[in-house]
Amino acid sequence: MSNEWPLWEVFIRARRGLSHTHVGSLHAPDATVALHHARDVYTRRQEGVSIWVVPAAAITASSPDEKDAFFDPAADKVYRHPTFYAVPEGVAHL
Amino acid sequence: MYGNDFETPDQPGASALLDEVESAERDLHEAAGRTVAAGEAAQQDYFDAVIAADQKIEPRDWMPDAYRTGLVRQIAQHAHSEIIGMQPEGNWITRAPSLKRKAILLAKVQDEAGHGLYLYAAAETLGVTRDELVEMLITGRQKYSSIFNYPTLTWADMGAIGWLVDGAAIVNQVPLCRCSYGPYARAMIRICKEESFHQRQGFEILYTLARGTDGQRRMAQDAVNRWWYPSLAMFGPPDADSTHSEQSMAWKIKRFSNDDLRQRFVDMCVPQAQALDLDIPDPELRWNADRGAHDYTQPDYAELFAVIKGNGPCNRQRMSHRRRAHEDGAWVREAAAAYAAKRAAA
Repeated sequence: MSNEWPLWEVFIRARRGLSHTHVGSLHAPDATVALHHARDVYTRRQEGVSIWVVPAAAITASSPDEKDAFFDPAADKVYRHPTFYAVPEGVAHL
Repeated sequence: MYGNDFETPDQPGASALLDEVESAERDLHEAAGRTVAAGEAAQQDYFDAVIAADQKIEPRDWMPDAYRTGLVRQIAQHAHSEIIGMQPEGNWITRAPSLKRKAILLAKVQDEAGHGLYLYAAAETLGVTRDELVEMLITGRQKYSSIFNYPTLTWADMGAIGWLVDGAAIVNQVPLCRCSYGPYARAMIRICKEESFHQRQGFEILYTLARGTDGQRRMAQDAVNRWWYPSLAMFGPPDADSTHSEQSMAWKIKRFSNDDLRQRFVDMCVPQAQALDLDIPDPELRWNADRGAHDYTQPDYAELFAVIKGNGPCNRQRMSHRRRAHEDGAWVREAAAAYAAKRAAA
């Protein structure tokens, strides 16, 4: 039987004000150890001020095979962009 | 933290490689913004279009089987090399000549462990498990870089490994920052940024020894003499005998041939050796104005193949140490898993 520890995805906030960004993954028996391993593996040079670890099994991802059908509905809605609208010459603050 | 008791010597050409890593990272972001025009095309066409646009293939994308298995082989071998590579240097941690050198060496060996983990994680995104990867290393079904089968006889070997072995590794690895497989390219960008201190600390060890006593100078030269040709062999067999190269180039996994990278390494080392005031042990080494490159003596490839086959000076020692460390650590892995299971049940 495999005794392999579960996989965790690691997200790091580089500086206050930025969002957490995915940096990689690691194996750990539980969340506490995963946090410690993430600190040791991914922040040896002060790369972050905050770490999230998420069980890889808990992530649901969209499928790359379906990406056209999945994202298509947004493609024909140009009116969601401000550049769609003509603004008369001389009108400011719009 | 431990104070610098001498000036950092100038290492010609060192910053150019780091600039290339930065530029690979910039290009990765830039390429991600381009639209791949494959339309209704089949999977293979889409894969080819992504590669042609210098974009990255990601874990859940369709890819040819040979692309997947070739990458698993290459990334795993790379990861194993980082892990086995801890042994020759670990040999000198307790005998480093000062607290400063010891702290630096510890940090370096710890980095190698980290690099092994980044790479194992990248390999796992291709569908192979960590258990399988560990198994393939300790049963010898997958190889690691043959350079780590040479012994570290003196302290100066820490300098020669940093300067030559890490230097060769960086020349090999910088182009991998542009590899077409996303997780591998991103791991390599991270690794190359960290590796640059490895090479500089080795250069600095040799620089210091070369300006020390006669005995220290001899020790530095002896280390360079022993590590020069094995370092040249790290680039692999000559292009004519290289089995995996052509397809790797077409898939943009590999960007330059073994011989091109070896030449680049030699040209980089010559001015650095002059700055060190140490000799490269090759009487045929000279500038060739026609080629705009140095002529040099090729390493002994028969020796390279003998070491790969398991007959280097330290193959058996490295493998048995790795196996023992893995077996001795089994109770820790089991106890941590049991504790996690107990807490989850409570």
